[in-house]
Amino acid sequence: MQKYFRSPFALRLYRTLALTALIALMTGAPGQQQTPNLGLKLSYFQHVSFFGLFVTQRWVVFLALGLMVLGVSELTIRYRPVVRTLRQRVIAGPARIFERRLVKLTGLAFLFLIAFMIPTLVTNAYWRAAMVEQVAVYVLLALGLNVVVGFAGLLDLGFVAFYAIGTYTTAWVTGALPLAPPFHHALNPFWAIPIAIAITMLSGILLGAPTLRLRGDYLAIVTLGFGEIVTILANNLFSVTGGATGTNQIPHFSIHLGPFNYLWGLDPVPYYYLVIGFAILFIAVFHSLNNSRIGRAWTAIREDEVAAESVGINPLKFKVMAFAIGAASAGFAGVITAGQSNFVTPSSFTLQFSINVLVLVIFGGMGSIAGVAIGAIVIQVITMQLDHYPPAGFIPQDLFMYLGALLIVMMILRPAGLFPARRRTRELQQAGQGVGHADEVLTGDVYE
Amino acid sequence: MINFFSAHWSILQSQFWSLLVIGLANGLIYAMVAIGYTLVYGVLRLINFAHSEVVMSGAFGGYFVLRETVGSTMPTGFASFGYVLLGAVSGALVGAVVATFVERIAYRPLRKRHAPKIAFLISAIGASYFLVNLAGKEFGRYNTALPLVYNNNVAFTFLGAQIQTYYIVIAIVSLIMLVLLDRFVSKSKLGRSIRAVAQDAETASLMGVNIDRTIALTFIIGGALGGVAGFMIALNTGAIYTMGFVPALKAFTAAVLGGIGNLRGAVIGGLLLGVVESLSVAFVDPAFIDVVAFAILVLVLLFRPTGILGERLGRAA
Repeated sequence: MQKYFRSPFALRLYRTLALTALIALMTGAPGQQQTPNLGLKLSYFQHVSFFGLFVTQRWVVFLALGLMVLGVSELTIRYRPVVRTLRQRVIAGPARIFERRLVKLTGLAFLFLIAFMIPTLVTNAYWRAAMVEQVAVYVLLALGLNVVVGFAGLLDLGFVAFYAIGTYTTAWVTGALPLAPPFHHALNPFWAIPIAIAITMLSGILLGAPTLRLRGDYLAIVTLGFGEIVTILANNLFSVTGGATGTNQIPHFSIHLGPFNYLWGLDPVPYYYLVIGFAILFIAVFHSLNNSRIGRAWTAIREDEVAAESVGINPLKFKVMAFAIGAASAGFAGVITAGQSNFVTPSSFTLQFSINVLVLVIFGGMGSIAGVAIGAIVIQVITMQLDHYPPAGFIPQDLFMYLGALLIVMMILRPAGLFPARRRTRELQQAGQGVGHADEVLTGDVYE
Repeated sequence: MINFFSAHWSILQSQFWSLLVIGLANGLIYAMVAIGYTLVYGVLRLINFAHSEVVMSGAFGGYFVLRETVGSTMPTGFASFGYVLLGAVSGALVGAVVATFVERIAYRPLRKRHAPKIAFLISAIGASYFLVNLAGKEFGRYNTALPLVYNNNVAFTFLGAQIQTYYIVIAIVSLIMLVLLDRFVSKSKLGRSIRAVAQDAETASLMGVNIDRTIALTFIIGGALGGVAGFMIALNTGAIYTMGFVPALKAFTAAVLGGIGNLRGAVIGGLLLGVVESLSVAFVDPAFIDVVAFAILVLVLLFRPTGILGERLGRAA
């Protein structure tokens, strides 16, 4: 009897049932303050319509769906050779065309063309604002975090701290903070760009140099703490940052070059082109960095730090470099946001922000610039749509829960991301066969 | 400048003992959470980022059980003692269950595939983010006060420090848990298997230790202690879905301070951090207390990354 309860099929059945129960809970009704377990009850016993066929309780619907999914997956397991051939013939064959240089360049040109035409295509006021504040700026942020997470293989959970420093630096330089600006007259935000980059880079080096000497996971938790500290400081140093209310006096971007004057005003479109211009610059710089000696050093450290060190690479130097570059790009994005929105408050700098940017990098494919950019656009467009026009029964606050689940699912199913970098994919495959990353995390099957 | 210090010293002098008591109580809670980090770290060489949510779920476990069992009148005497025990046990159970789920869902599939370390960290932070937002959805994004199970008045006065019942509860519960844990890890067969795996996993498996089961065990023990700690935090401040984050960050600091991977180090680090943090109230604006713990973390990493006692879960504790 015991044989059947512990057979592979039985284990798959338990797993499916547990996951179904979890998904029913995730998609169910929320709890209330006075009756916090109401959500639990409603999630399983609320009456819903089963595809319009009949009305029944939720647990019946989810049980049926779970068993259907299990049935399909059992079939794919039985016909695994057929599925594998289909995947190779139908998907892998045509997908290989994207590896050709000409196709790649044409695709890139086409993407840029679309990017430039977006403002003429989007007429909805919400989306015109969101395409700058929520999509274009997040692409910049994701590209910056990709240098740390994707290229150097370090986990930075305090990305928001550098973003905050960039924003506050802009406010400081433009004379919007209680703290006196560094120059006699207030400058326009363009001048804040080099200053913010220098300050964020410096703070990145100061934070990274002591922690990057140690094991990788210390960096994650130190940056996590640093993100919190920056928010606490911004909230409480009234005489410097203006406290919890922050400031709303930051001027817009402007150019005054002799006879040529231009002011970025309230219309989002000019900002869109500004950000797109910088994004192209970032992509060019990061791409050439990744293909340079520095990029190869990052790859070597990521794959095997001891081997990298033995061929003369100083891991600390290159890790700090990646960390500082990531910090600087977050600071830069902070300048853009500050110059566009005119205001800054500490409440926008939360751990949620850092994790959301991490999701963009992971989803697209860490280490792949095109993947990260496309992934960031896809995720941000979907989340902004769900946030502003939620479908019936969807609670926008639940988005974060789904993003957290997405991180786990990506790590289990597609750790290299949806549009992976080829090198990353190979690394992960090799790690599965025991090459590289020796004795880092105990795998539990040493005796197999 | 002299005036500045003398003013602060006088605060410290007049309130030293009560600050010390608060610090020790917080320190015991940090120690219990830190043990969850240190056990998992000792065995897996991995920081379990989802541990903060284990603490939070333990608090809600205690809350639900107490809400269903405590009547309209506040219990006194032995009844209070029973309810505290009941809440602590249910917190431990819920914490252990959540920690086990985290291990099964977020870590085990990656272990089976020899994923690189960054994949574990990302999966862990995903689990933490998922759990905190799921709790926010299910339990509401409000602070829910636990039903009163004891009369929190001043039990006795010690050198001018007024000892409230809450501190006695913390002291009794956490000392029992910590002593039990210490005995368990150093004396029992399962505890020996944990130490063996921490020392040398490959050899341990050759000697017949089931590694998967041992890893699951460390998550269960750490989760139970974290759940009890969450329940005791909630006794004072109430339960809210984000409550795990700050204590867990400080407990991690405590674990590093004592030497991560070292059980007694976690306790010493926790107590030390609690006391330093509490005494620094005399010198630092209360709003910046969290900055003190973080500064300690960075300083320890700079000057003595192996902590006070060093990293050594493997050796007999």
